[in-house]
Amino acid sequence: MAAAAVLLLLLLAACPSPGRAGTGRERRDELREELLLSPLPTGDVAATFQFRTRWDADLQRGAVSHYRLFPKALGRLVAALGVRELHLALTQGFWRTRFWGQPPLQAPAGAELWVWFQPTVTDVDKAWKELSNILSGIFCASLNFIDSTNTVIPTASFKPLGLANGTDHHLLRYAVLPREVVCTENLTPWKKLLPCGSKAGLAVLLKAERLFHSSYHSQAVHIRPVCRDASCMAVSWELRQTLTVVFDVFSSGQGKKDWSLFKMFSRTLTDACPLASQSKVYVDISPKNKEKELLEVTPPPTSVHEAVVQGDKKTYAVYDLLSPSLFNTSRSLNVQLKWKRPQDSSEMPIPVLHAQRYVGGYGLQTGEICTLIYNTHPYRAFPVILLETVPWYLRLYVHTLTIITKGKENKPSYIHYQPAQDRRRPHLLEMLIQLPANSVTKITIQFERALLKWTEYPPDPNHGFYVGSSVLSALVPSVIAMKDVDVEQSPLFTSLFPSSDGSSYFVRLYTEPLLVNLPTPDFSMPYNVICLTCTVVAVCYGSFYNLLTRTFHVEEPSRGGLAKRLANVIRKLRGVPLL
Amino acid sequence: MELQDQAEQFFRSGHTNNWAVLVCTSRFWFNYRHVANTLSVYRSVKRLGIPDSHIVLMLADDMACNPRNPKPATVFSHKNMELNVYGDDVEVDYRSYEVTVENFLRVLTGRIPPSTPRSKRLLSDDRSNILIYMTGHGGNGFLKFQDSEEITNVELADAFEQMWQKRRYNELLFIIDTCQGASMYERFYSPNIMALASSQVGEDSLSHQPDLGIGVHLMDRYTFYVLEFLEEIHPASQTNMNDLFQVCPKSLCVSTPGHRTDLFQRDPQNVLITDFFGSVRKVEITTETIALDRDPAAFESKFPEDELATEPLKYAEQLPVAQIIHQKPKQKDWHPPGGFILGLWALIIMVFFKTYGIKHMKHVF
Repeated sequence: MAAAAVLLLLLLAACPSPGRAGTGRERRDELREELLLSPLPTGDVAATFQFRTRWDADLQRGAVSHYRLFPKALGRLVAALGVRELHLALTQGFWRTRFWGQPPLQAPAGAELWVWFQPTVTDVDKAWKELSNILSGIFCASLNFIDSTNTVIPTASFKPLGLANGTDHHLLRYAVLPREVVCTENLTPWKKLLPCGSKAGLAVLLKAERLFHSSYHSQAVHIRPVCRDASCMAVSWELRQTLTVVFDVFSSGQGKKDWSLFKMFSRTLTDACPLASQSKVYVDISPKNKEKELLEVTPPPTSVHEAVVQGDKKTYAVYDLLSPSLFNTSRSLNVQLKWKRPQDSSEMPIPVLHAQRYVGGYGLQTGEICTLIYNTHPYRAFPVILLETVPWYLRLYVHTLTIITKGKENKPSYIHYQPAQDRRRPHLLEMLIQLPANSVTKITIQFERALLKWTEYPPDPNHGFYVGSSVLSALVPSVIAMKDVDVEQSPLFTSLFPSSDGSSYFVRLYTEPLLVNLPTPDFSMPYNVICLTCTVVAVCYGSFYNLLTRTFHVEEPSRGGLAKRLANVIRKLRGVPLL
Repeated sequence: MELQDQAEQFFRSGHTNNWAVLVCTSRFWFNYRHVANTLSVYRSVKRLGIPDSHIVLMLADDMACNPRNPKPATVFSHKNMELNVYGDDVEVDYRSYEVTVENFLRVLTGRIPPSTPRSKRLLSDDRSNILIYMTGHGGNGFLKFQDSEEITNVELADAFEQMWQKRRYNELLFIIDTCQGASMYERFYSPNIMALASSQVGEDSLSHQPDLGIGVHLMDRYTFYVLEFLEEIHPASQTNMNDLFQVCPKSLCVSTPGHRTDLFQRDPQNVLITDFFGSVRKVEITTETIALDRDPAAFESKFPEDELATEPLKYAEQLPVAQIIHQKPKQKDWHPPGGFILGLWALIIMVFFKTYGIKHMKHVF
């Protein structure tokens, strides 16, 4: 009897109770998943998935071996290499800011990796190389091509997005691989990092055939330390996996501007991920030009949420997949967006900050990189940091750098230029430029193309060589003041960048990557030269040798063999001269 | 006796694990069929049980997400887009510019730089059966990699000999689908290698059928019929290598497929297709129970207490304009003047004093 009671007590003590509040010894990790559907002014639709795993443990202290929602591959990586922040993005396509508006989170075409290391790391370059190799294995991307020829150390851009003690920029590394292809083999391991995989929750919509048939596809992984609660006395680690895809109205939408989940993804939602504490779908139904709602969503949303996002007041229809009422009427959720009244295509809002970059010039010797930055705010000026990384084989002439705004020269408040070293380091140009209100700033710099050694050309040199996108970081003044939001209560897309004050919001834009042709040699020439030289040598030298060393002597005619004698007999009979 | 027979059958083949190295060596859109070849073998091999961690897949160009592909994220092997061999669950280990002769030989011989991730390594041992499939453009004695370099049959034979010396395989099946493919296995001299090729020396391997929607040829004939043959195989089938040798006779393939078995110790009649294309899992079933004595709560409570900060932590400012503008460039460290400068100055001073004499110092200064 007593033994049974003891056993029962032991059993109760051994059972973990899941609903207990954090006692300081319990490790809580939670998953929130979210999908944001925003119709774009051109009729396309952008879908942004965010999966956020927050883990109340200190990965850096080691002694963590029981991984639940946080993927072990990334957790071990962070702990072993002393990583403080990691941001990896793989993108196919380009976000057209001029037509689509400010992106929630943009990434440059190709692969982009930037990492802040802990101050305890002694050899940052070695850790960086190991990190890129390990990530190339995890994500099936050729990130092992990241080396000193495409890595830079920015001094003013890319400040840490997570908790930071100090910002010694020697612990930061940034690299871009613009030639990197993104396809299903990168999506597969990305999906495998999610706690529910692609079997439940919002991730069932992620089917490669639809995702890659789009104008823009970007998948990213962000790891950073965040505040555990409002008092911010302890550190939690946050892993955000984001995927942004823009479906084109003509190739996916068959020309019609009405969208639905089934039309976009050829799937519908059936349930939330059982491991998620929050699973929501947000649809942007903000009225444009302060008119009544133009966009209608069916089925009716669970609630409506208003927030100030990127300086503007926006309204969202919210579908909470965890609320039991959502799947009452039908087993699957297919959110449909219909336009109540045909849109006026002339009233496309122009974003406050957008940029453009192109190569000017002609020929295969020189050229010019031109960047145009537009500030369309009617009365506010703001600063912007421009970061350009140019490969070493385009030799920049910094004395030709000109920055012109409204016809006058604009001197930047801060310039950091690190010249390239052939085959070792790329050019790095960082400038802090003040953009006056309602202006266009043109930045030009001339370059000369280098001739590479014939073994350094890639197998397809006539395709051209890529120059990675330049990065613009700015604090854009907001139309409406933003209040400090509690990260846990607000949607995930509002808490990407930590906000300092409500009067402006931080935005990071990327320009187009450039494709430059380098003078390419004729690779068949070595073979041609060998053939020609051997022929010339054989003919000339051979003839001379023969002439000089050949001797002539008279030869006795031979009597001839049997065949010749028989032939002579027949010829005598015919009356023909003998052989 | 029956038990002995059963045991013998169980241990018929001497291998305990299976690996596959699948290589497509061609770049550019018109070589779509080579990528489709490799992916169809990948698909069969995965279907028959070899996991991704045991497959090293090397594709020299990306066809699925190529801008010229009218159906992105798909690679078809049959016209009218019947079979998508790319699928939804593909992991390519070596992509694009990484597919070079050097990387291929390093994967085979295991001489890989230490920071290479596991998925890019061939971690085979002396009880592994390895399937090596190569496709691309080839000639008499060589195979072209990405239009810029080539691997010769001698190099390949030497690489296999290195593998044999390092005990990196138990048995090896080498399949090649290129023009004049039989020349690539002429020079092998290591034991336990069986080789198949799609054409003899002097013959070209031909492609199967174009798809008018995609605009290029989708598959090569030999691999097309091998794929058809492999679709009939399931993990428990008893089909042997002799059937594989009969695949694609001259009437269907136009070229004459060849094979080489003289280096192989077992009779091809006794070699199952699944010895190379499938994966062996030798499972021992036990009926005894094993008690797991850890309970999760005790496990969790072993974590150390979190160190709480003394003052609240904060986020960094994203664009600290004032801090950036006043960021002075790093001062170069002061080094004492070197020997040359010192010597030069000593010479100048000595000359000066010799010329003017020390007693004139007070006039100079």
